[in-house]
Amino acid sequence: MATLSVKDFKSDQTARWCPGCGDHAVLAALTRALPKVSQALDYQKERYVVVSGIGCSSRLPYYMDTYGFHGIHGRATAISTGIKVANPWLTVWQVCGDGDALAIGGNHFIHAIRRNIDINILLFNNRIYGLTKGQYSPTSKFGAITKTSPYGTVEHPFNPGSLVLGAKGTFFARGLDVELALNEEIMTAAALHDGCSVMEILTNCVIFNDGAHMDISDTAVRADSTITLRAGQKMVFGANGEKGLVYDGKKIRAVHIGEGGYTMDDILVHDPHADNIGLHMALADMKGPDYPVALGVIRDVRDVTYDDGVRDQVKDVMKKSQIHCVDDLLRSGSTWEVK
Amino acid sequence: MQHKVIDVSDVVIRFAGDSGDGMQLTGSLFADTSAIYGNGLSTFPDYPAEIRAPHGTVAGVSGFQVHIGSDHVATPGDYCDMLVAMNPAALKANAKWCKREALILVDENAFDDASIQKAGFKTENPFVELGVEDRSILVCPITTLTKESLAESGMDAKAIVRCKNMFTLGMACFIYSRPLEHINAYIEKKFGKKHPEFVEPNKKAVFDGFNYAANIQAVPNTYRCEPSGAAAPGLYRNISGNQAIAWGLLAASEKSGLPLFCGSYPITPATAILEELAIHKSLGAKTLQAEDEIAGICTAIGASFAGDLAVTTTSGPGLALKSEALGLAVMTELPLVVVDVQRGGPSTGLPTKTEQSDLNQALFGRNGECPMPVIAAHSPAHCFDAAFQAARIAVEHMTPVMLLSEGFLGNGSEPWKIPSMSEYPAIKPPFVHGMLAEGEKFHPYDRDPETLVRRWAIPGQKGFEHRVGGLEKTHEGVLSTDPVNHETMVRERAEKVARIANDIPALEVLGKADSELLLVGWGGTYGHLLSACQECGDVAFAHFDYINPLPANTAEVLSHYKRILVCELNSGQFAAYLRSQFPGMDIRSYGKCQGQPFLVGELVKVINDNKEE
Repeated sequence: MATLSVKDFKSDQTARWCPGCGDHAVLAALTRALPKVSQALDYQKERYVVVSGIGCSSRLPYYMDTYGFHGIHGRATAISTGIKVANPWLTVWQVCGDGDALAIGGNHFIHAIRRNIDINILLFNNRIYGLTKGQYSPTSKFGAITKTSPYGTVEHPFNPGSLVLGAKGTFFARGLDVELALNEEIMTAAALHDGCSVMEILTNCVIFNDGAHMDISDTAVRADSTITLRAGQKMVFGANGEKGLVYDGKKIRAVHIGEGGYTMDDILVHDPHADNIGLHMALADMKGPDYPVALGVIRDVRDVTYDDGVRDQVKDVMKKSQIHCVDDLLRSGSTWEVK
Repeated sequence: MQHKVIDVSDVVIRFAGDSGDGMQLTGSLFADTSAIYGNGLSTFPDYPAEIRAPHGTVAGVSGFQVHIGSDHVATPGDYCDMLVAMNPAALKANAKWCKREALILVDENAFDDASIQKAGFKTENPFVELGVEDRSILVCPITTLTKESLAESGMDAKAIVRCKNMFTLGMACFIYSRPLEHINAYIEKKFGKKHPEFVEPNKKAVFDGFNYAANIQAVPNTYRCEPSGAAAPGLYRNISGNQAIAWGLLAASEKSGLPLFCGSYPITPATAILEELAIHKSLGAKTLQAEDEIAGICTAIGASFAGDLAVTTTSGPGLALKSEALGLAVMTELPLVVVDVQRGGPSTGLPTKTEQSDLNQALFGRNGECPMPVIAAHSPAHCFDAAFQAARIAVEHMTPVMLLSEGFLGNGSEPWKIPSMSEYPAIKPPFVHGMLAEGEKFHPYDRDPETLVRRWAIPGQKGFEHRVGGLEKTHEGVLSTDPVNHETMVRERAEKVARIANDIPALEVLGKADSELLLVGWGGTYGHLLSACQECGDVAFAHFDYINPLPANTAEVLSHYKRILVCELNSGQFAAYLRSQFPGMDIRSYGKCQGQPFLVGELVKVINDNKEE
């Protein structure tokens, strides 16, 4: 049985993110989650590969003492895909930011989800380009004032959850940089999921977008503006669990329990494993002021994975084919003899 | 009239028709039949980019030229002995390729006034208008005859008319004394399972075409092109360049013990390599049809990091998209084979036509100081060895390698004496071995002192955890922007590639070695240049398979000649490259950018023009 500690996963390199950057917390959660994952799945350290693209978050592989690949902007998903197809035995963790995964790398991102390749994607969403010093990203709020949008953006942001589920993703979870324990929980669930796992971690950029998620992360409002979903549990939120989500026949609604005729019996129970994607889509879409933002594992369903498919097809054809080596191949089909 | 049977040493036939007329199939069946018969052979498919260009127009003409010989033939031939033109547009587009004594076979039914007009003829007589009325012209009602032949077949009218190419093929087989066995076997294999109802009608069309040609008194002569028996004994097959690249890569996979991974996006004229590899999963090949060109190369780089023999295949525009990732492969020093089957450019250019104009892109098309070995294949069958060598160099020298092919090679085919894999060397990846001492760290960019090659540690190996990536690093694998470190690494990466010159064959000189003029070429022009050199008889000829690094003896070879004439299918890229490497030499350039291969005749003329000062 693998017994690995946080220390085993930390490299000797000092993390060079800005003090107070949300990325530090995600790194901490990951180095805490992986020993637990290793124990649960009996994985040794050499089995992990951490892959990234370009951006602040993409420096993460250098801070992990695992095999690591720091790629080029937007292409981490394609590199991860190649690694996993080449050797499905490896467990691949991918780190990317909102610009990396959803702008320049948007194409690879949706296709990895469509293929359901068994990789774990950590999408750090700080709604800004940090490494290039403060331009708007595909998740910046409409009207966001940044260096490249001095009068406010005139474009709508992506909601990564909707994008993932729209591409029929089999796993989507949302975390918040300051929720260390929750992030660790999400990462462990993602590791156990067989298929493409996308974890959106809402992170703060202290320099270029400070307070990126203040509307939900501030301790004064967090209990009311977020809901942490857990399998088999009632969807309740608020400082004392006094609020909950119900389904009124048309859509979900956030209600006060005991008001308007709603009792605890009406409150929905979360089932991330339900095949029906509709409710998961609605949960992923929720935002203030009418709804709390959903955190935790929103969807976690099984489907065939791409890497298994590739491997099994190769095995199957090997069994059936008459061609077992290149000499066989060269002599197959039409040939003629010159004597 | 009793026709004569004439023995010939070689013959060129050009099949041309509308892009939906099945001319590519007709031509390749004729070629395959000849190959199995034992003839030397070279083919040249020349087709439009559109799948079905406007019917009956010159733009929609698809052609397939095949050159068969008693012995080895080096090119598909400049001009044809027989032109099959299925409609007026095909005649118009191809009449210029007819020899003076050529036989022209046309489908009378397709030569109505409307079709003649649609092809852009201004008069009623296309033959006179084209100035080919003095050739032997065989006007046969091929469509009507095919309809009669298959009236009882049970096929619908449309399907029957589609068999006119088979009827024509039958006629060509009679005129050139070709047996029908192979064609019949092909038809059985193609339709046998899915459409058994098409087997007999297609065979009948070929058979009736053959007999029709035998019975009419109009065929002036028939020809026999018997194999001379000079070919070396052994087992042969016909092979196209694209197929040979796929197989060469599979061979390298077997010889290196590394599973093959191909990440590619479909693009003309390279797609057939991906298709071919997708068939051969039984040899462990994994193919990933990526979402775009960039994903093609990036999945391959990921697979290489994980220990596969990784490949990506493309053509010019796709290579442009891969540029940034090529730099990543150079920087991470991972083995990767990048195949560029060149086509006419720039931009979308001439997708189905051949050119050698990606040379500069292959050599220099990346940001930063970014050296990459470049290898070029010189004939369809040579694509096998070129792909094998590209993979060997990539793996043994831990570098991406660019393999240049061309549309002319990829789609063209020739007979190939099948080698035994025992003739090929083992490919030895520079893997790390054993275990590191307690507390010792693996340094990914430490180098072999002789070759400057780094060692390869595959994820999954205990103790060798390390990070690579696009940022500059020290030998230890630690990020560094130190000025001296960067310059050291830049020079080491360049020197590593330069030292590959010690691991490739020397440049050979063919022809008349002590001539004043050296003819130089690279890539798919080999056959034409060799033929021109032989025809002239008094020039030397050197052909480059290895472009970067150049063979170690290049300077020595070139220095023997007063004048060097570089002929290539671009506007002089290799000539300019040689001039930059060997300043002061008289290096002249003959370039052609017409999307078409050289003609031996034009090369002979340009050689003669350069013999004197």
